[in-house]
Amino acid sequence: MVLVTAFLIILLRVENQKAIIALLALGIGAVIAANRLGLLKPVAHSFSEREDALGLLAIVATLAVGVVFHEDHFVLLLVCTVVLYTVATLGLSIQFGYAGVLNFAGASFFGIGAYTAAVLNQHTAVPHLLVLLIGGLMAALIGSLLLLPVLRTRGHYAAVVTIAFALLFKTFLEVNDVLGGPQGLQVRGMTILGWSFNDNIEIGGVELSFYLNYFVMSMMIMVLAFVVVRRLERSWIGLNLDALRLDETAAGCFGLNIVRWKITAFLLGNFLIGVAGTLHGMVVGFVQPNNYTFADSLVLVSILLLGGIGNPWGVAVATVIVVIVPEKLQVIQEYRFMLYAALVMMVLLFRPEGLLPRPVRRYFPGWRP
Amino acid sequence: MDLGLVAQYTMNGLMLGMMYALVAVGFTLFFGVLDVIKFSHGDVLTVGAFTALASFIGLQSIGLTSDAVELLAMLVAALGAMALLGAFIARAFILPLRSAPALNTLLITLMLGTVLREAVRLFYPDGANPKPFPRLLPADSINIGNFNLRLDNAILLTAGALVIVGLQFLLNRTKLGLAIRAVAQDEETAKTMGVNFNAIVLITFAIGSALAAFAGLMNGLYYNEINFGIGLYLGVVGFSAAIIGGLGSIYGAILGGFLFAGLQTIGAVALPFASAYKDVFAFAVVIALMAWRPTGLIPEKLSERV
Repeated sequence: MVLVTAFLIILLRVENQKAIIALLALGIGAVIAANRLGLLKPVAHSFSEREDALGLLAIVATLAVGVVFHEDHFVLLLVCTVVLYTVATLGLSIQFGYAGVLNFAGASFFGIGAYTAAVLNQHTAVPHLLVLLIGGLMAALIGSLLLLPVLRTRGHYAAVVTIAFALLFKTFLEVNDVLGGPQGLQVRGMTILGWSFNDNIEIGGVELSFYLNYFVMSMMIMVLAFVVVRRLERSWIGLNLDALRLDETAAGCFGLNIVRWKITAFLLGNFLIGVAGTLHGMVVGFVQPNNYTFADSLVLVSILLLGGIGNPWGVAVATVIVVIVPEKLQVIQEYRFMLYAALVMMVLLFRPEGLLPRPVRRYFPGWRP
Repeated sequence: MDLGLVAQYTMNGLMLGMMYALVAVGFTLFFGVLDVIKFSHGDVLTVGAFTALASFIGLQSIGLTSDAVELLAMLVAALGAMALLGAFIARAFILPLRSAPALNTLLITLMLGTVLREAVRLFYPDGANPKPFPRLLPADSINIGNFNLRLDNAILLTAGALVIVGLQFLLNRTKLGLAIRAVAQDEETAKTMGVNFNAIVLITFAIGSALAAFAGLMNGLYYNEINFGIGLYLGVVGFSAAIIGGLGSIYGAILGGFLFAGLQTIGAVALPFASAYKDVFAFAVVIALMAWRPTGLIPEKLSERV
């Protein structure tokens, strides 16, 4: 874990392109070598034994990254984005991974959150913590307009509903003058109890980047979301959702209320995506329709798939890869979408389960199948 | 409203509908033989249109200037290349994933579409900007009142209709069509009867992709401009059309295509607010239609194993 953190910190610090490529190659090589030597299995095992410890370590590691870069605006913005994208993909993971409800409009719901933040912060005095909540609720509410078609359709037919929504949403934003049209809107930063998040902090003569505020805030949200998703998966609700995904007809026959659980999963997922989007809107300070296109939804889905559908840890790892690598490697900036797509195709062809597949549900600690 | 204007709008709607229907028929064909959605269909259309443009530029540079020859060459190049591409896609990405969940096939073709689209954007010279498409059809027009019938539009419309009729003929009257229908009906039985399953799948994908290339060419000739994004848009519209018509039925796809075009035209003309909302309107109706008829207007026969 310490090694991984150090690797991340170095990666974020280095500016030289060649060094970055070398570092990435080193990282990939190290993982492959560890796999060859059989080192990964015991590590994975001990992780799954003590997941709480792993969680704490992960938080400490992320905080360490935050402390190291306490005055570097860009890196902190990047880390915030990673954290919030993770939250959003956790939402998608509830929909795709547990309940099997397709949603190809992830970026749209993300955008709904951001636009809510823009409008509310500009025109009302709603406390900004509440805005987060409202952003999530808005995403869930607008998502509930899609409920009827989502519930009634299946498979390919379900995909078209959300895809049509993603296109509808973007076109709507582009032609709607109240919401700024193609130019978008400014979002005011967050203020809690008179403490403005957009001011730099100074403690004992050390200047801290204002993104650190957002960083802490998004970390809190991520931890919350993570705990919720993990608990959900382990609970009887998670069991019901799994049954639903695997065979809807059979689940119905055994008396599960299919409609109810599909609604729960869809709305809860959208809520998480919306909250993440709201905070992201405030972090970036700017919203425009081009940030929430169908292609961006596909990026979210590709993160989910790359990480392994239904495994929150996999999602976190995949977000780090997908968000940070193109930012650091400016050579591939332009080719970003293409590389994502090619990457996902490779994963689908050669490792259809994702990088970190979802482990089998465990009932007895320490029991091995 | 003036009758001439109505006729004009109808004509525009028909043109759009023909393009959508051609794309939608492709989706239906693929779904018929293999039960998969090939989402890269729209981007195959883009690549087809760009192939046509490239071959036009190639012909220009060797000094050929006859419109008819150029058009024919573009048609052959685009259709042939896309038929090969379609067969290759089926061979390399879709057949290997047959046993995987439907979501995987959906995603791999979506991503393949992204790769194709980005490849056009990045590697075609100056591909990120719209490209002018040559005007090769006679542009005479007949005016009847407010109705302005352009000869090139009429030719395109007729050509599109002929292609669809030809496809019908191929599917219903020839041995190949019989084999395709047999595979669509029941793969196992078709195999037992001596149908070469893989070959039929590849041929179907080739035909469908050639249809997409034709639609791309039609789109270019109609608007006299192409860009790398047309495929994404036309693909999604074609997919929606195939779905609202009902997957697995060619007539459904054609109906869906014209229906979608009709919705857009109505949205642009008859709604009180700005015509910029026509897509919003059309997609909203698609979502509503899906809620009303979850498996399309002409539903395929489904049975639930309970």
